[in-house]
Amino acid sequence: MLTNNQRINSTLIAAYIIMGIACICIGAPLLWMVFASFKHTDEIYRIPATFWPERPTFENYPAAWNAVPFDRYFLNSVITTCIATTSKLVLATMCAYALVYTKAPKWLKDGVFLLIIAALMVPAQVVIVPNYITMASLQWIDTYQAIVLPNCATAFGTFLLRQYCMNLPYEVIEAAEMDGANHLQRMWLVVVPMAQPALVTVGLFAVVSEWNDFLWPMIVTNTNEMRTLPIGLFRLFQTEGLQNWGVIMAGTVFVVAPVIAVFVRMQKSIVAGIAAGAVRG
Amino acid sequence: MTKRRIRNSTETMTFLALVSVNVLLISAFTFYPLWQGIQLSFYQWDFISAFKIWVGLKNYIRLWNDPTFWQILRNTVIFTVCTVSFTITIAFVLALTLSLPLRGRELVRGVIFLPTLLSGAAIALVFNYILDDRFGLVQQGLRLVGGQSPSFYTNPFWAMVGVITTMVWKNAGYAAVILIAGLQSIDHTLYEAAAIDGAGRRARLWHVTLPSLAPMLLFTVVTGILGTFQSFDIIRVMTNGGPVNATNVLVYHLYERGFVNFEAGPAGAITVVIFVIMLVLTVLQLQVGKHTNAHE
Repeated sequence: MLTNNQRINSTLIAAYIIMGIACICIGAPLLWMVFASFKHTDEIYRIPATFWPERPTFENYPAAWNAVPFDRYFLNSVITTCIATTSKLVLATMCAYALVYTKAPKWLKDGVFLLIIAALMVPAQVVIVPNYITMASLQWIDTYQAIVLPNCATAFGTFLLRQYCMNLPYEVIEAAEMDGANHLQRMWLVVVPMAQPALVTVGLFAVVSEWNDFLWPMIVTNTNEMRTLPIGLFRLFQTEGLQNWGVIMAGTVFVVAPVIAVFVRMQKSIVAGIAAGAVRG
Repeated sequence: MTKRRIRNSTETMTFLALVSVNVLLISAFTFYPLWQGIQLSFYQWDFISAFKIWVGLKNYIRLWNDPTFWQILRNTVIFTVCTVSFTITIAFVLALTLSLPLRGRELVRGVIFLPTLLSGAAIALVFNYILDDRFGLVQQGLRLVGGQSPSFYTNPFWAMVGVITTMVWKNAGYAAVILIAGLQSIDHTLYEAAAIDGAGRRARLWHVTLPSLAPMLLFTVVTGILGTFQSFDIIRVMTNGGPVNATNVLVYHLYERGFVNFEAGPAGAITVVIFVIMLVLTVLQLQVGKHTNAHE
C-alpha cells in the first residue's frame, strides 16, 4: 500500500514527464527548422543527417532573402495587418458602444445585434468566390484594399466587446453623462479604458489572423509587389522546390521569428488575452 | 415633450452613425456574397464570359453523382474527427498536468501555446521537411531503431496521417490553455466535498472534473471542428489534396473548383454544402449547450 506522500510524488513525477514530452514535441520541429537554416546543403542531404549543424553557416539567409522579395512581403504583411487590426478595433468599439450605451429604439438595437450574431455563423471560406468576383469587377485584384477590406469589420470582435460592456458598471457611464460628457467623450474616455482587456483580446485575434491569413491574400494577389509573407514563403517553396531545404527553412524563420519574438516578450498577456476571448465568447 | 423627441432622434442618429460602417462592411462582404454564392450554384459560368447559363439544380446533381465528391466528404469527416479527437485528448491530459503545482509550468504553458500563433503555411513547410522520407527528422529517428520512414507524400494513408499530425501539433496547445482556464474556474469546495464523501482520485475526475468541464470541452470540440473543417493552408502547402485526392477536403475542393478549374457554378454549390454543414454544427452546439447549461 502506497502512502499518500508516495502517491503524490509519483503523480508529480508523471506530470513532469508529460511536461517534458510536451516540450520536446513542440520544440523539436522548431529547433529542426532553425538548425537546418544554418546547415550547408551537403549536410542537409547527408545520410544519416545531423540534428545540430556541424559547420554553421549564414549563407541560407541571404540566399532566401534574395530568391524572393522578402522585404516587400514584410512590408505588405505589416501594412495589411495594421490597417485591418486598427479598423477592427475602431469599428468594434463604435458598434459595441452603440449597442450598449445609446438610447436608440429597442427593435433597432436588437436588429443590429441579430445581424452581428448571424454574421458569426458565416465562415470566411464560404464567401471567397463571390468576394473574389466583387474585387475583380471593381478591378481591385492586386491592391491593398482587396486584401484588407473584407477583413476590416468584425462580427466576432463586436460581439465580444458588447458582451464585455454589458458587464461593466453602468453607474460610471451615467456619472459621465451627468458631467455633460457627450457620446464620443464617454466612449473614448470612459468605456475604452474600462474595456481594455476585451480590446486586447480582439486586437490579438485580429493580428494573428491577419498576419497568418493565407487563402484570401493568395487569391487576390498575382504579383510579388502585393503578396504577403505566408504567400511569399509558399512562392519560395515553389521556386526552390524540394531541392533546397536550408534556404526554405531560412525563409520560414523570417516568417516565424517576429511572432516568436513578440510572444516571448508578451507571453503572459497574450495567453491570458486569447484564453479570455475563448472563455467569454 | 418635443425636446425629448429631439433627444431620442439624435440618440437614434448617433446609434446609426456608430454602427453604420461595421454593418455596411459586414453586409457587403458576408451577407451579400453568401446570397451571391447561393445564386451562383444555379448557373454555369467560367468567371470571364459575359453571360451566365442557368442550369437549375444540375451543379448539385453532378456533385451528388460524382464519386470524387463523396470521397472528399469522407476525407473531410476523417480529417476533422481525427484532428479534433486527438487534439482534445492531448489537450485534456496537458491541462490536467499543467494544473498541478509544478515548477516551470507557466513556461510550458507558453511553449505549448506558441504553435497557435504561427503561420499555417510556415508550419506546413517545416513538417514537409520533417516528414521527408529520406532527409526528414522522422526518418532520422526511425533509423536509430532500424526502421524506415513511410512515404508521407505518395502513400494515401500516411499523407492523411501527416496533415492530421501537423494540425494536432498546431492546435493542441490552444485547446489546452482554454481547458486550463476551465479547470481553474471549478469550485474547489466540490473536490473537498467529494473527498469527504470518500471519492478516490478517479471518481473525482469522473464525477467532479468532467461534468464541471463539460461546457468548456464542448466549446473546444466545436471550435476545433469548425476550425479544422475550414483549414486550408496546411493542406495546400503539404499535399495539394493529394496523392490522388487522398487529403482533398471540402474547402480545398472549393478552391480547386473555383480558382484552379474556374468553375463558378460547382464552386457555388460546394459553398452551399459547406455553409449548410457549418450551420447544422452551430445549431447543434447551441442545442447541446443549452442542455449542458440546464444541468448545472
